[in-house]
Amino acid sequence: MTTVSQTPHGVTSRNEFAELHGVQTLTFAKALTLAMADAMAADPSVVVFGEDVGTLGGVFRVTDGLTRTFGEDRCFDTPLAESGIVGMATGMAMNGMRPVVEMQFDSFAYPAFEQITSHVAKMGNRTRGRVRLPLVIRVPYAGGIGGVEHHCDSSEAYYVHTPGLTVLTPSTVADAYTMLRDAIASPDPVVFLEPKKLYFAKDTVDLDALRARHTAAAPSTIGRAVIARDGTDATLIAYGPSVAPALAAAATAEAEGRSLQVIDVRSLVPFDDTTVCAAVRRTGRAVVVAEAPGFASMASEIAARIQERCFHSLAAPVLRVTGFDIPYPAPNLEKYHLPGVDRILDAVDELQWEDA
Amino acid sequence: MTEHPERSAQAGGRGTTFLLPSVDVVQLITADGAAAPAGDHKADYPMPNLETLLAGYEQLVIGRRVNDQAGALVRQGRLAVYPSSHGQEACEVAAAMCLQPRDWLFPTYRDMVAVLARGVDPLEAFASLRGDWHSGYDPHEHNVATQSTPLATQLLHAVGVAHAAKLRGEDTVALAICGDGATSEGDFHEALNFAAVFHVPVVFLVQNNQYAISTPLVHQSVAPSLAHKAIGYGMAGERVDGNDLAALLAVLGQAAERARNGGGPALVEAHTYRMQSHTNADDATRYRSDGEVAQWVLRDPLVRLEKYLSDAGALGAADKDRIAAAAETLAKTLRDGLNATTTPDPQDLFRFVYSTPTPQLDEQGRSLAAELAATPTGATS
Repeated sequence: MTTVSQTPHGVTSRNEFAELHGVQTLTFAKALTLAMADAMAADPSVVVFGEDVGTLGGVFRVTDGLTRTFGEDRCFDTPLAESGIVGMATGMAMNGMRPVVEMQFDSFAYPAFEQITSHVAKMGNRTRGRVRLPLVIRVPYAGGIGGVEHHCDSSEAYYVHTPGLTVLTPSTVADAYTMLRDAIASPDPVVFLEPKKLYFAKDTVDLDALRARHTAAAPSTIGRAVIARDGTDATLIAYGPSVAPALAAAATAEAEGRSLQVIDVRSLVPFDDTTVCAAVRRTGRAVVVAEAPGFASMASEIAARIQERCFHSLAAPVLRVTGFDIPYPAPNLEKYHLPGVDRILDAVDELQWEDA
Repeated sequence: MTEHPERSAQAGGRGTTFLLPSVDVVQLITADGAAAPAGDHKADYPMPNLETLLAGYEQLVIGRRVNDQAGALVRQGRLAVYPSSHGQEACEVAAAMCLQPRDWLFPTYRDMVAVLARGVDPLEAFASLRGDWHSGYDPHEHNVATQSTPLATQLLHAVGVAHAAKLRGEDTVALAICGDGATSEGDFHEALNFAAVFHVPVVFLVQNNQYAISTPLVHQSVAPSLAHKAIGYGMAGERVDGNDLAALLAVLGQAAERARNGGGPALVEAHTYRMQSHTNADDATRYRSDGEVAQWVLRDPLVRLEKYLSDAGALGAADKDRIAAAAETLAKTLRDGLNATTTPDPQDLFRFVYSTPTPQLDEQGRSLAAELAATPTGATS
């Protein structure tokens, strides 16, 4: 990797991101920034745009420094119109670019819904693969941050229900980097859901090793779940913002003498049936944990898939611990809504450990 | 951010009136086929040369034949639907003719004639209307985007294509078509605003055919004209007789070249008329009078150009025979191709959703294959 980036106009500037090397303690947000910066340095067709992503660096600072490093042609502010942002990205992707666009908040992506469902998701199929759209729609999503209305929706069900979209959601700092690089490299459109409450979570990662995956063309994380914690008695299946409470529940359960496995789905579409089903077949019990309202949700899909495929291995029905079927609540009430350790462990207790 | 020429012009005291359309709708050939008297046209729109007009006339005749043939094929049950551009062929032909091969066309569902005029294979283009696939041609082959069904959405794609080209230093122009109804959509507003803010080479062509299915223009907008909307975005607007191929070529040609040379986007409103119903599923007699339709018959784009070219001595009997034969050849290609039985591969349902089918789609494809293998040939469940 070079430390000098080149803008389309031939202006060179210092690449502050390429100067970061080796073992680093990074926030989740900074890992995302580095993923975009490294992708932009490696491929001049990668461009970043959205609302307030330029000079400000985004309301969560995820694009901080990209305009400074790569210039206004590579990272720029747009008019405040989400359908316009996604529609323009569609055209740019049709014409050789790899746009990475930011929706400022989950609910503010809804004006772009027609572009996403009617064109972004369908273009490849409509054209029999002749026009692929390698674009990434980054969506800060989910709650737990005390946000006001329209700032905390778990909107994944809309996207996972739309054939043609790849839907990813990392839960670790390392995955934030790796999965966003994989999303940008994907030939297909990706809705990249970033749990807001993790933006400022920190972890220590080996940046050189993370980068090496992409220069060595390591297997993509797309379509691959990971086992976040191993265990033998029951499997907790979570993604995005719900992985942390699932891991906390497993730690508490261990102290109480019960070994819980935690799977981080991380790739909602394509879904990794193989990893999830193999895990559940070993433990024989499963609880799906997700923040979104449970009715007709990703959690429901996971539960249904497990019961269709692992029925004879199950010692108990698959349970779901989800948000209530309500509009996302006001800040002082969200603690009642979000799946927490107690609610997860209560569900585990109901997994028919003994016949009644 | 680079300074916009328009804004520089304002700073120079020129004001913004030059962004407004002409008082008179631009017309170069009257409905009677005579050279139109000079209007107040703010810019000089020269009459295209006879060679260009003859080439355009040939495309008009072919386009009319395609519209008529497709209508017949719908009635025979060979096409699922056909939104005809009968009466609007001059807009269709001009949109294609004002572009260079490297440029992009963004058509709607009604713009089949423009798609064919760009050179797209007719049977590939009609595959969608036959019902074999949602789009049958390769957009990259002739830089023709898929025909958009959702209104105004494609205008933003044109902005993106143009912006990508601009970032690479290419002088590509994108021409995006929509109808009068689409100007009410949010994406119309967003596309024009984005195009102006990013100062990209896009020509927006509004075919104002007076109706959005049944809803007349007065229920869409009370703006002085649709072209007047341009000034709100800081781009130039113009109104043109949409049944006058010469005027369309002049106005669209100038807008395209201005955009190509860094002058930014433009909005062109073409006044035309949808002579037939919205589609075969519609009944236009429910919402418009015979008298109104009869008025527009007198303004037919083919009749006036034929008269003008004949009077100029540029269209002889041999030309007419040659053009009629070309149109008939295409009509026969459509009849033969669309009467032939096709058998779309059901496995195609799963092949193109992603670059590599997901394991779930592979599984569903195998399931369908097994289901079909177990079904006696010709039987339907």
